[in-house]
Amino acid sequence: MLKIREYVKAESLEQAYALNQKNGCILGGMLWLKMGNRTVQTAIDLSGLGLDEITETEEEFSIGCMTTLRRLELHEGLNRFGGGAFRESVRTIVGVQFRNLATVGGSIFGRYGFSDVLTCFLAFDSYVELYKGGVMPLEEFAASKRDKDILVRLIVKKTPVRCVYLSHRNTKTDFPVLTCAVSAGPWGVRAVVGARPQRAVCVPVKGVDALGAAVCQNTDAAEVNAVNTVNTAQIEAAARETADKIPTSGNMRAGAAYRSHLAHVLIRRALTRIWEEEKGEKEEAEGRKGGWQA
Amino acid sequence: MKLQMELNGKKITEEISPDLLLLDLVRSHGCYSVKRGCETSNCGLCTVMLDGKPVLSCSVLAARASGHRVETLEGLEEEAKEFGTFIANQGAEQCGFCNPGMIMNAIALFREYPDPTEEEIREYLAGNLCRCSGYEGQLRGMLNFLAYKKEKQTEGGAV
Repeated sequence: MLKIREYVKAESLEQAYALNQKNGCILGGMLWLKMGNRTVQTAIDLSGLGLDEITETEEEFSIGCMTTLRRLELHEGLNRFGGGAFRESVRTIVGVQFRNLATVGGSIFGRYGFSDVLTCFLAFDSYVELYKGGVMPLEEFAASKRDKDILVRLIVKKTPVRCVYLSHRNTKTDFPVLTCAVSAGPWGVRAVVGARPQRAVCVPVKGVDALGAAVCQNTDAAEVNAVNTVNTAQIEAAARETADKIPTSGNMRAGAAYRSHLAHVLIRRALTRIWEEEKGEKEEAEGRKGGWQA
Repeated sequence: MKLQMELNGKKITEEISPDLLLLDLVRSHGCYSVKRGCETSNCGLCTVMLDGKPVLSCSVLAARASGHRVETLEGLEEEAKEFGTFIANQGAEQCGFCNPGMIMNAIALFREYPDPTEEEIREYLAGNLCRCSGYEGQLRGMLNFLAYKKEKQTEGGAV
């Protein structure tokens, strides 16, 4: 049972930070915190600081730490940019009522192994802004230990990317057995696999770099055309090699061998979808070009 | 600590403990449609509207709701009556225990998607558990209700 001795609705980040250094606890959506048996000296609520919005500029999306998962799911700009990956990553998390409470900051700061949200954001060019620690890549943050800083917002740079998010659950709305996000961009191709059941890890996918070049709309026609050189055998081999690098273990939801098998399958499916979408877009573009010429 | 909020259109002010859950607060004000079910944020029985959005009252501190507007089924009786009666007449549920939470979330669904598809209904109501109906009865009832509403509107338009 969660017990709270004192509740403070923070009036500034400075106040929240100061309270957090002395037995304080920052509240996100409070859904995971509530499940524990714990006594909190000072619960610090950031909900009055206007950190629940997603703002879009030419270069990036800025997502306040108190933004709910439901808002993430419904944000048109973000989902257009991410090809629907953000929506896909949260839409099976319990229900709408839950997602109206759970926050992006809570999911990311907790670095939970089961987090669909962390898996998805890691596939993009994402950063966190910490109140004292400043801006750092999400991958670096996810690998670091929890401290007493405050996660203020997430930043998703509008770096060209094509991302596919997939997860496997034993039953709808349950915790995932495995989460998987594969993205192609300037970094080539990378796979993020979470709920292993440990927290998500990022692994470069070798052998299908042409997909990354194609996504970046490189003007070098040879590189763009390289998408046509990718084939199913390469995708299968790349998925196998990548899955083999991802450590898994067992818990009540699944065993390690099953998770490793799932990792291979989900990475292969995600790569295939990226490849097919890229091919489709290219063919459509060529069709349009042909039409104008005619 | 002092709490001030609007519950079903009435302003309330009272002293609460910092860890009081919204669920317990609304029940102490006679809103017994809001039930404690799983208490693990999964079943949807405790659904209330917080500033018009459906949330799980078992997972919100009453303190966090201070300064906000909370509605339970008791406060949405008018809006819920037609749908609730229709669902009952359809025999869409069995024991009815999940009904208040389901109706609250259905109201939220109809506000957000006035003409939802079957898939949208399934997805929106995924957070409401029912241990006896298998959901098929409720889904059928909802689809029939939407068809009935459409028909009623068309008839109204024709007049």
